[in-house]
Amino acid sequence: MRVLRNPGMWLALLLTAAVGVWPFFTKSATTREVIFTILLFVSLATSLNIFLGYTGYVSFGHIVWYGLGGYVGFYFMDVYQTPLYLCVLAGGLTSGIIAFLLGKAILRLRGAYFALATIGVNEAARAFINNFEPFGGPIGMTLNFSIYKSYGGATQALWITYGSLLGLTLLVILVSFLVKSSKFGLGLTAIRENEDAAEVMGVVAPDAKTWAYVLSAIFPGMVAVLFFFKNGTILPHDAFRLHLSIEMIVMVMLGGYGTLLGPIIGAAGYQRLRGLLLVTPFFKNIQLAVAGVFLLVIILFVPAGVIGWLRDRFPQLRRVLI
Amino acid sequence: MILQVERVSKQFGGLQALSNVSLELPEGEILGLIGPNGAGKTTLFNVINGIYPPSEGKITFMGKNITASKPYRVAKMGLARTHQIVQPLNELTVRENVMVGACFGQEDHGLAEASVIAKETLEFVELEDKAEFLAGSLNVAQKKRLELARALASQPTLLLLDEVLAGLNPSEIALMVKTVGSIREQGVTIIMIEHVMHAVMNVSDRILVLDYGVQIAEGTPEDVSQNKAVIEAYLGDPELAEKLAQNRS
Amino acid sequence: MIDTVLSSMTDGLMLGFVYGLAAMGLSLIWGVMNVINLAHGPVIALGMFGVYLTFTLIGLNPYLALILLAVIGLILGILIYMIAVHRVINAPHLSTLLATFSVNMIIIGVGTSLLSTTPRNIDFPLGRIEVGPITLLWTRVAAAGAALLITGLLYLFLHRARPGKHIRAVANNRAAAELMGIPSMRILALSFGIGTMLAMVSGGLIATFFPFTILSGGAYELKSFLICVLGGLGNPIGALIGGLILGSLEGLIPMFMPNTWMPVLEFVLFVLILLIRPQGLLGGET
Repeated sequence: MRVLRNPGMWLALLLTAAVGVWPFFTKSATTREVIFTILLFVSLATSLNIFLGYTGYVSFGHIVWYGLGGYVGFYFMDVYQTPLYLCVLAGGLTSGIIAFLLGKAILRLRGAYFALATIGVNEAARAFINNFEPFGGPIGMTLNFSIYKSYGGATQALWITYGSLLGLTLLVILVSFLVKSSKFGLGLTAIRENEDAAEVMGVVAPDAKTWAYVLSAIFPGMVAVLFFFKNGTILPHDAFRLHLSIEMIVMVMLGGYGTLLGPIIGAAGYQRLRGLLLVTPFFKNIQLAVAGVFLLVIILFVPAGVIGWLRDRFPQLRRVLI
Repeated sequence: MILQVERVSKQFGGLQALSNVSLELPEGEILGLIGPNGAGKTTLFNVINGIYPPSEGKITFMGKNITASKPYRVAKMGLARTHQIVQPLNELTVRENVMVGACFGQEDHGLAEASVIAKETLEFVELEDKAEFLAGSLNVAQKKRLELARALASQPTLLLLDEVLAGLNPSEIALMVKTVGSIREQGVTIIMIEHVMHAVMNVSDRILVLDYGVQIAEGTPEDVSQNKAVIEAYLGDPELAEKLAQNRS
Repeated sequence: MIDTVLSSMTDGLMLGFVYGLAAMGLSLIWGVMNVINLAHGPVIALGMFGVYLTFTLIGLNPYLALILLAVIGLILGILIYMIAVHRVINAPHLSTLLATFSVNMIIIGVGTSLLSTTPRNIDFPLGRIEVGPITLLWTRVAAAGAALLITGLLYLFLHRARPGKHIRAVANNRAAAELMGIPSMRILALSFGIGTMLAMVSGGLIATFFPFTILSGGAYELKSFLICVLGGLGNPIGALIGGLILGSLEGLIPMFMPNTWMPVLEFVLFVLILLIRPQGLLGGET
């Protein structure tokens, strides 16, 4: 396909791949863990961008897809010892289906009302999981350590998980690009700019929004399973951290919403900053405040984010910085 | 008949915006829709186009009942419209704006074909030199032409134009009137809401007059301009009444 | 059994007055400038801490502290508006949502590091009163009374005082109000200030009967959203009635299901109302 010759897409993929294969060369577990976290956030931010960035609808509940998918995948792993890749698919599928159903209900709400509904979704999901016995209620679930044996031991399992995450991250970037450069993506951008005018021109807004929502939900569901498999334990508190929803928004806005490179740069940049700050205990608490200041400054002065600003300032780079 | 509007009424709370409006529109006609401000002209467009359903009445387009259909359904059947207050997709380029029209309208084109259609349509409305500019950066007259291009790109059967001439200077008006004529020559049926009297009287085959949501006159431009009820409705604006009386043919 | 139901519902009703007061702040800001103040929750929590700190540090009567809190809330609200909101007031919704949300994050971030998340409590019991089969706590009654009083004052302010009328004008049609010479920026700042003030005061009242942390505001924020859609936006009386409805519901529901399901129920109710009757059960002032 001619569209795959796009330099911007290759830049995004190669950049991510280069960072991603680095641990395989150094064989260092520490590097692997650091890059794992970065890739996790890159994939989460990119998936959020498919919905928030392209349609302009703010979702404060993106972490719900992470939590729900993670729980379902973990459940199959724990109770049925299902192979990892099937659990990952199960997680993604669950989040996708629930996103479809939820979307049918709340995507009819416009702008701010939709955003509020997603805040409510977070609270509701957390309360639900806390009470849901088969998922362990408030104490969650824990994997039997022997499960790692079927993957060649704990160390091997960690590397497999890492490789899978790298693969998924590259996949979500590719999907994001394909959406952006498709007719579907044009419809989404039209919705973002002016939903009423878009409908008058024939864009079937309800369907388009729903599919974007579903697509954005599948990937968090999948990567969550990888994370919790590695973690060995899953708890409601961990799976549904509202803060993560917010931080994902910050990452997307920081990098530049609606762009392909934006969420990648935003996620990586934000993660590095967070890593630097988390060293001191004082900053550990204040990190949310710092993120808040970041977000405010971006919203007030650079709403298009880093990539958006660069595209504005250097129009020659627009072909590449997509 | 391309369009049949049967006894359509629309109420907003206590306000009767439209009362029993009926019209039949044959293919290839240009119908001028005039009336004082607040007469319900844009409301009629909104009801036809699916922005909101009528309180009463029936609307048939190309033989199909479109009463209370959603705007996107109606658009995909071949009905396009422009807005009184222009609605450009600001962060998209002019070309991308027009492509949206081409992709999602009646013809359902892919991106590549849509790009070609966009180029041709922009040439037609004389905006091709602005194709790569962001829509938000255009001036009002250019935005109006963009709005028109977007509507045309979907290759509509029926085109609803809402005050396409407002805010234009005389030479821009003359250009736009010529464009409207060319559009009709390509086989598109048109309803035009207009306040620029000499223009709409000149280019329309028939005129329909609304006042306070009621149809007070219908007929050829000559008949309508001499209709007593119409002149009275406009009497608050003596300049307009004079223009009606003159009716430069 | 009937006694417990009655007691529970009356208790809920009393709470409802305070919920209504909290929601009023959100409703006012939303109605006047179409901004959903996502800093609402943390501001309520600040109110709780305000009363707590004045009580433990200088032994100030909580109900007197409310006056101080009101003034601080007003100033804080104006500051938040000028710094975070004014620049993006005309930008798409995304911007104001995220701007107020970042204020939320800043308050919570600073708050958790300075005040930690150990629950705090104010020990200021006022005794009880028996009314037939129902036992009422005086703290609840006092809070309900305070909420009623403030609602009344707000109503008078909006309908009799000049700045209040200006606020209603701007809420109705900002452009027209500006053309009439009303300084809209000052009015918007004032509205935000009043909204913040109401939130802080309600937080202070809640502190007199429940333990709290800096994170407690979140639950009340969700309740406030629900009340706003119940009562209609920009409508103080509507917010109060919405609060009473929610309060009674909360008094009733624990009979049938554990309290931890509350957020789920509130969310479902919230979405349902928005879908079925977006102008609220009681409509609202335009």
